[in-house]
Amino acid sequence: MKQSHLRLAFAAMAGLLAAGTAHADITLTIATVNNGDMVVMQKLSPEFEKQHPDIHLRWVVLEENVLRQRVTTDIATHAGQFDIVTVGNYEVPIWAKQNWLEPIDNLPASYDLNDLLKPVRDGLTYQDKLYGLPFYAESAMTYYRTDLFEKAGLKMPEQPTYAQIREFADKVTDKNNQIYGICLRGKPGWGENMAYVTTLVHTFGGQWFDMSWKPKIDSPEWKQAVAYYSDILKKDGPPGATSNGFNENLALFASGHCGMWIDATVAAGLLYDKKQSQVADKVGFAALPTGDFTGGPTWLWSWNLSISASSKQKDAAKTFITWATSKDYIRLVAKENGWVAVPPGTRQSTYENPEYKKVAPFAGFVEKAIETANPNGSTREPRPYHGGQFVDIPEFQGIGTQVGQTIAGTLTGQTTVDQALRAAQSATERVMRQAGYMK
Amino acid sequence: MKQSLAQRVLIAVLGWGVALVLFFPIFWMVLTSFKTEGAAIATPPELFFKPTLASYAEVQERANYVLFALNSVVISVGGTLLALAFAIPAAYAMAFHPTHRTRGTLLWMLSTKMLPPVGVLVPIYLMFRTLGLLDTRTGLIAIYALMNLPIVVWMLFTFFKEVPHDILEAGRMDGARVWGEVWFLLLPLTLPGVASTGLLSLILCWNEAFWSLNLTSSGAAPLTTFIASFSSPEGLFFAKLSAASTIAVAPILIFGWLSQRQLVRGLTFGAVK
Amino acid sequence: MASASSSTAVAERAARETIVGSRTPSMLPLMAPSVIVLLLWMIVPLVMTLWFSFEYYNLLNPATTGFAGLDNYRYLVTDPDFWASLINTLVLVGSVLVITVVLGTLLAVLYDQPFPGRGVARLLAVAPFFVMPTVSALIWKNLMMHPIYGIIGFLTRVVGLAPVDWFAEYPMLSVIIIVSWEWLPFALLILLTAVQSLDHEQREAARMDGAGPIAQFFFITLPHLRRAISVVIMIETIFLLTVFAEIFVTTAGGPGNATTNLAFLIYARALLQFDVGGASAGGVVAIVLANVVAFFLVRSIAQRLEV
Repeated sequence: MKQSHLRLAFAAMAGLLAAGTAHADITLTIATVNNGDMVVMQKLSPEFEKQHPDIHLRWVVLEENVLRQRVTTDIATHAGQFDIVTVGNYEVPIWAKQNWLEPIDNLPASYDLNDLLKPVRDGLTYQDKLYGLPFYAESAMTYYRTDLFEKAGLKMPEQPTYAQIREFADKVTDKNNQIYGICLRGKPGWGENMAYVTTLVHTFGGQWFDMSWKPKIDSPEWKQAVAYYSDILKKDGPPGATSNGFNENLALFASGHCGMWIDATVAAGLLYDKKQSQVADKVGFAALPTGDFTGGPTWLWSWNLSISASSKQKDAAKTFITWATSKDYIRLVAKENGWVAVPPGTRQSTYENPEYKKVAPFAGFVEKAIETANPNGSTREPRPYHGGQFVDIPEFQGIGTQVGQTIAGTLTGQTTVDQALRAAQSATERVMRQAGYMK
Repeated sequence: MKQSLAQRVLIAVLGWGVALVLFFPIFWMVLTSFKTEGAAIATPPELFFKPTLASYAEVQERANYVLFALNSVVISVGGTLLALAFAIPAAYAMAFHPTHRTRGTLLWMLSTKMLPPVGVLVPIYLMFRTLGLLDTRTGLIAIYALMNLPIVVWMLFTFFKEVPHDILEAGRMDGARVWGEVWFLLLPLTLPGVASTGLLSLILCWNEAFWSLNLTSSGAAPLTTFIASFSSPEGLFFAKLSAASTIAVAPILIFGWLSQRQLVRGLTFGAVK
Repeated sequence: MASASSSTAVAERAARETIVGSRTPSMLPLMAPSVIVLLLWMIVPLVMTLWFSFEYYNLLNPATTGFAGLDNYRYLVTDPDFWASLINTLVLVGSVLVITVVLGTLLAVLYDQPFPGRGVARLLAVAPFFVMPTVSALIWKNLMMHPIYGIIGFLTRVVGLAPVDWFAEYPMLSVIIIVSWEWLPFALLILLTAVQSLDHEQREAARMDGAGPIAQFFFITLPHLRRAISVVIMIETIFLLTVFAEIFVTTAGGPGNATTNLAFLIYARALLQFDVGGASAGGVVAIVLANVVAFFLVRSIAQRLEV
């Protein structure tokens, strides 16, 4: 029985191999993340292949963490498996410094480099050279249920403070009916819960490291921020908060379980879409809440297409990424899937477009959030690093995830806030010393 | 053995109860794959709903299932055959011509399998890069064979030991040389055992998710990579994930069910008697 | 009874050794290629790992180079989570072994009894072993154990209890449940075949002597299963020591370090930062741990293994 199966398998394989040998001139291998916008880009790639018949595209689509590990391993060992890599504004400056990415210049005038939103563009520039083209950017904002607020007689101001948020959450929570006043990221990870907590810490006046790279996790500002976070989630948050990342909270809000949600601006389009959200007509928007310190770095994340320095097809790669982040591409997406589905956050022209503003009433909020994200700005005390919701050093992935774990422990009551912060502080000091930042 | 009716009912209830409980998560996954994303996260979970193939359509649109499945088949079968090719002579040597070092070597081989792949990712990646094996089926076949070699050798060793010496002695007297001994005498005798070892190796190769993710990109990627692209995207994904998982698991599940008898027979023959 | 079989075993072994003596020289050229390739394949990654463990080598920071001596090891062993990870590894391996072997034995006896539809029931019970660990973990995390969307949560709500947040309140137990679910079919399969090969005449004889089902189980079935149980334990231990995918997908080692085993610790401390030296040191430590475990295992079941 096994023998005949084997023979069949070999025959099938031989047949398929013979069939698929029609050869392409250039094949680009693109590593990308599995979010909605990239899925759309993959679907629209035949358009590109039509315009450039000598370029074929091969897609490697992976979940974010796996993608990052896979691509970093490849790029750092100069293995050249990928021509185009999808990276965040966290990786771009770090990799540019190592000369792992190809600088992008001589873009056609029609590309209109100045149309890119400034904070996004700055995040991809290293020593005055551009190393990535953004196809998606986000900041953060507050979402809330207009009907629940009305029922509780509350009004959400355009710029709420965290004190107000706590008030609202307490009033809106109705655990017996599975309504939770506030949903926040609790899943441990440098890009999950720590993205939010970092933003919180910044607006409470804190920071990750002082100018001599000593971690400041045991500072009073951190304690205030983490205590606030832990208290509000314990009292008004959903169960299983430590398993909830962006996706899970999106599902919770879209299925009607959250009163408020503070998270990435990209959720706005999804929550507003009647096909994916049960509360599409009951969603309200407000700016990211503030603490004591305003005007500091908040939240900016962009997914960008960059060219690997070990690619053997850099010109073709540049052609593709220019196409994929151009105004034409955005218009193409609008034509195929409607303006509500265009990749947000990258170009001013998108936000000035009346068609877009019609289907995305939250557009103004999102643009303002990105413009004021200030990722390179200063925290209350001077800081040696950049980033709104992350720290732009390579060690941050490990540190952020480790600290994220200890903070998640406060939500389950495993540790107190003090214990968690002390453990996080000493763990981070260890890493910084081993990596050579601290003496 | 005569049993009372009550006993028989109890046994049937327990037997089926356990089976259903163990199978339930798989059943639920397959069920969810036929729901829309909205229905997949409905609370309370729906048992009866209007089934749709939308998730399967979306999954197929996004990733070419056939390519991944084909890679999985080629790599699993190749890895198994390669492992067997090297293991059979080695197990033969250890079973029929043991030295005082045999036991130590065997145990040392098993212990090397306990090296966590995360610890050795970068050296292997560098090696593969140098040898030009990245994103090739050959590379994966080689590393899977290496991974499974200790277990395959050990299982074959225990099967071979069960073969009575007089049969092989008789063959030797008849003038059979070593290879003849192995091919015409030993293997037919132990075929069920070899087959079940091969089946175990096949399952392990099919489900291996670390090397297959890290050493392939677009050409040689098997089904485990296919799953990785659905595992935690933005937006709702339970139904699509279930659909992708169902078609990724189905081939090996069906194959395993069909050859279960073989596996049982093989194991009965040898190590576990 | 015991002495008779052992003396024949001794005689057999003596006979084998003489054959060995007369055949070994001509064996070597034949066996050598495969054994050499075997050893080579195993040695090369090991040597590379050992080499890197003594170097400073960080992929993201090519500036860090140089001989590290034992520094990578020191850094790993002084990690506050190191001992916790060792304990977690042993707890995970031990618990899953106990659950799968005990339940596997009981279920093997159960499935040995005839009942209508036994073949189909057995197929269903065996299915979890064929599912990818990543997929298993995703199913359990999202469709079963999730306090809001999961089936278990639904059932507890139906009964009127508050749903349990499995991965937050009982993280280690949750991981143990998932891994046991994956491996129970394997144990069941192997133990079932062993039970089925049990001589029925022996059982009949015991029953005639007045032994009840419980006594039969302990004095006839169980001793017969010893070899099979040791096979199950050996193979499962090998895989359980390096469980990674399930933890990565569900708890990511937490909360805190509650589910961080050694493999995951290596990932979180070294791989995430692309500290190749550190990861290699972790790999070597894992092998040492595995050898220690194997030593104790072999000591307790070696005689039954008859290597």
